[in-house]
Amino acid sequence: MCLGIPGEVIELLDRPDLAKVNVSGVRRAINIGLLENENVQPGDWILIHVGFALSKIDEDEAAAALAFLEGIGTAYTDELDALAESNIE
Amino acid sequence: MRFVDEFRDAEKAQVLSGQIAALCEPGRHYSFMEVCGGHTHTIYKHGLEDYLPESVSLVHGPGCPVCVIPMGRLDDAIYISEQPDVIMTSFGDMMRVPGGKGSFFDSKAKGADIRMVYSPLDSLKIARANPDKKVVFMAIGFETTAPSTAMTVLRAAADGLENFSIFCNHVTIIPAIKAILDSPDMRLDGFLGPGHVSTVIGCKPYEFIARDHHKPLVCAGFEPLDILASIYQLMVQLRDGRCEVENQYTRVVPWDGNLKALQVINEVMELRPYFEWRGLGFISHSALKVREEYAKFDAEEIFKIPGIRVADPKACQCGEVLKGVIKPWECKVFGTACTPETPIGTCMVSPEGACAAYYNFGRFTRERVKEATRA
Repeated sequence: MCLGIPGEVIELLDRPDLAKVNVSGVRRAINIGLLENENVQPGDWILIHVGFALSKIDEDEAAAALAFLEGIGTAYTDELDALAESNIE
Repeated sequence: MRFVDEFRDAEKAQVLSGQIAALCEPGRHYSFMEVCGGHTHTIYKHGLEDYLPESVSLVHGPGCPVCVIPMGRLDDAIYISEQPDVIMTSFGDMMRVPGGKGSFFDSKAKGADIRMVYSPLDSLKIARANPDKKVVFMAIGFETTAPSTAMTVLRAAADGLENFSIFCNHVTIIPAIKAILDSPDMRLDGFLGPGHVSTVIGCKPYEFIARDHHKPLVCAGFEPLDILASIYQLMVQLRDGRCEVENQYTRVVPWDGNLKALQVINEVMELRPYFEWRGLGFISHSALKVREEYAKFDAEEIFKIPGIRVADPKACQCGEVLKGVIKPWECKVFGTACTPETPIGTCMVSPEGACAAYYNFGRFTRERVKEATRA
């Protein structure tokens, strides 16, 4: 719940506050309404908390954060499992 | 030193370690609090204390939202989940936390409909799919999750949903830091500021720590090098006689935070006059409740919760651990009666809790060995 996880925006969805995002191979809809002033586009990387993007980050930071998360073990895999169960609309 | 090689850039860490050591004044001891549970996790996982001189110690703060929920609030949540036609939804982190009468898992085993969700928006979806049920979201967390809860309430209002509410337990980090600074048994030289909370609130709210309490604070990232670099920045400030708020985590944390996120929190929620924190007691203006305008989404209003107060188990010293007064392994029940499998205190439940981190990464053994060697 506390983990911020990086994801790459794949496409913008019908609702203006939703985007499809790839997080370590898991593709899910994520709410981008908190970044409404940041013009989020496909190819952008975002930091996600509980289904919401909280900030835009650059690709290098995303890679570093992913490497770190993959190293912390079950806390991250549990978060990914939870995300995989998620079905935001 | 089996932890040393477990992360990349261990060489850079050694360089930072040397730079920190070079800044230590002889005879002086330095204590820094890492406020955030994510930092605690990194520190134990990578054995970062092994990189610090003996005269620099890290104190683990109250920044694990699961750990600070008092048992009574959980009992209230379980009371709600046992009402007719209720579906309680919660982040997985909360499921094993023991209240006065057991955990969500225990209550689920007895027949309550309690479901784990990844996002409050998943709870909203469950509400849409179950119009004849009352779906409640157990809202917990600091400013990292509060905007998500607020956005979900706004969405429920916009969609005219009648069967969704939140049980609001959101807490705010600044009053907790203030309570620690005001506590007579605390002696700190500076703070590692939380990373992701600061993404939302920015760095400005910490300025009182430097201005009024004359302690430096550095907002820190979560990787081992981030934490060591932030400690280095704190040491440089102390050497120069400065007390400022600095941002080591500029890659993610904007100085002004996320204004939209702050705006939606403020739209849906307001500060409570006071709120009880596990181990820290009642702290003024330290938690959020749903505003009256959104009362129909407030589970506290809908279900007339009993407002249970439960004293923490006597044997458990989570309070002292959360204030940094004792190390986890100094608690009488640590590793014996209280383990991650059978937690007594909340600090042992969450993987970001100081006790669980100590237990899981073998720091317990290391500290005991160290202590024995000294004796």
